[in-house]
Amino acid sequence: MKILVCISNVPDTTTKIKFAEGNTSIDTTGIQWVINPWDELSLTRALELKDDATSGVKSVTVVHVGTASSEPTIRKALAIGADDAIRVNAESSDAWFVAAQIAEVAKKEQFDIIICGIESSDFNGSAVGGMISEFLGIPSVSAVSSLKIENGQPVMTREIDGGKEVVNVQAPFVAIVQKGIAKEPRIAAMRGIMMARTKPVKLMEPLAIEPLTQIIEFEKPTPRAACKYIDADNPAQLIDLLQNEAKVI
Amino acid sequence: MSVLVYTENWEGKFKKLSFELVSYASGVAKMLNTTVTAVSIGKVEDNELKRLGNCGANKIINIINDQLITLDNQAYASVISDISKKENATVIIISNNNTGKAIAPRLSVRLKAGVGSGVSRLPLNINPFTVYKRTYSGNAFAHLVIKSDVKILTLAQNSFDLIETANNASIENLNVSVDGSLVKTSVKDVQKQSGKILLTDADIVVSGGRGMKSPDNWPPLVELATLLGAATACSRPVSDEGWRPHEEHTGQTGKIIAPNLYIAVGISGATQHLAGISSSKFIVAINSDKDAPIFQAAQYGIVGDAMKIIPKLVSAVKEIRK
Ligand SMILES: Cc1cc2nc3c(=O)[nH]c(=O)nc-3n(C[C@H](O)[C@H](O)[C@H](O)COP(=O)(O)OP(=O)(O)OC[C@H]3O[C@@H](n4cnc5c(N)ncnc54)[C@H](O)[C@@H]3O)c2cc1C
Repeated sequence: MKILVCISNVPDTTTKIKFAEGNTSIDTTGIQWVINPWDELSLTRALELKDDATSGVKSVTVVHVGTASSEPTIRKALAIGADDAIRVNAESSDAWFVAAQIAEVAKKEQFDIIICGIESSDFNGSAVGGMISEFLGIPSVSAVSSLKIENGQPVMTREIDGGKEVVNVQAPFVAIVQKGIAKEPRIAAMRGIMMARTKPVKLMEPLAIEPLTQIIEFEKPTPRAACKYIDADNPAQLIDLLQNEAKVI
Repeated sequence: MSVLVYTENWEGKFKKLSFELVSYASGVAKMLNTTVTAVSIGKVEDNELKRLGNCGANKIINIINDQLITLDNQAYASVISDISKKENATVIIISNNNTGKAIAPRLSVRLKAGVGSGVSRLPLNINPFTVYKRTYSGNAFAHLVIKSDVKILTLAQNSFDLIETANNASIENLNVSVDGSLVKTSVKDVQKQSGKILLTDADIVVSGGRGMKSPDNWPPLVELATLLGAATACSRPVSDEGWRPHEEHTGQTGKIIAPNLYIAVGISGATQHLAGISSSKFIVAINSDKDAPIFQAAQYGIVGDAMKIIPKLVSAVKEIRK
């Protein structure tokens, strides 16, 4: 079985977001780029499956749509343990564009399982995984918190409102994963970092596709009123304020 | 032209979020000078369906089909896209919950429709069609132009007020044929929590962090939550340690919630935690460190020892509930 893990490149989660060019873009000066937290966990789970000889997983490939500037993110994924990588050489303009490119890669290379994170921490779109599956006409299972392969059959657990469902599906399929899929992201060891340098990164030119959406402006969240402090000796006053001022209890 | 809204049901019942969706759809339809069609899949009584009309649906399409009993993303997307074509829908509205996130992107490809995900306000403009959406995990909001003829919006929970007026919507029971070859998933087992207020539905949430020190200190916090009719939540280290169940973990890598009131007890307020709660209408911080970042996000704060403060809050709530 071959697994494809989709990797997005995002600002470190503690980044203070600043805008540039009249609030039409993000100021990228000083930003540390990391693998999207969900994608790091997807990759970890894919590698765990490959480590388990009974799973039948033979290879883990990562795919990224981005320019040469995201090369370090790809090398990091290789250092963590991916066998090889594919980079589609284009600015990732919107979910539609990215999903169409990855679907094209998947058509050419034929994977059994495609794993995507539930969202990227920058665009918060939750769309790429589902779009890839529809472009390919294959099933998708979303909100997946566990992915196993039992006797050659993929078995997933997905979160539903107020519970969980165990779902079976035939490969090929797209798993859109969230919390629980792996406990801790795997970290690159020195050996992995050395090996990553020689692992293959295939470069592909993008299909000509028009994005369907475009961000024309950013704004900061509406500022909140300053905190009103209540004396620790009189917490009852908090209840009074919540009841009579905020009117939320 | 019309606005189509997909309203999920839970064992034949709708939730507040379903009514928010229809109210929102009705707001969008007014901007576009058109009508709202609500689509429901599964067995729902007419009385319950009619409630969608009271929030502004002009027409309700009710679909019952044995192949649609459990959620199969591909089959659901195919059914909803067929109906939206039939209804000539130019805007499709779905919740930004697990189900919405599962279906919206598939619909997008079927209809070549751009997606605005996690919108929390009515469109800013209809020409060009511009929506207001959360980005950078709540650290920024974007004005997103959707250029395609058909647009899909997923609405953030608890971001839009209900509009309820008596209205007689027509109900159409529709037989759809589902291409069996599209149903490729099967559900083997279902585990449901029962009797608990779900974190994603709750108007009030009481949440504990590492400052609670030990799982043994939770009972007063749970009592406070019960008295307030609140759900309980926690920060990531708390669920990682196994002090509380994983379903309670809120934040960037856990649940993203937007209750009316979020009470953070012994939570420092790391960016990744705030990413999951910053859309709450009111945030209360209880923390022994006056410099904890959570106070910058909070409207009400108490600096002090949670172990002493929580029991006093419990008594105060009991007092007003007498
Ligand atoms: C990629 C990534 C994703 C992450 N995702 C999440 C996420 O989704 N959710 C999340 O929560 N975290 C997440 N984190 C972790 C996050 O960075 C913080 O480490 C975490 O939120 C801290 O949890 P806490 O506030 O409970 O603990 P701490 O930061 O240890 O804070 C404990 C607080 O309790 C206070 N305190 C101590 N004793 C008392 C007392 N007696 N009474 C009152 N207050 C007291 C302290 O002053 C302190 O402010 C993520 C981190 C990374 C790197």
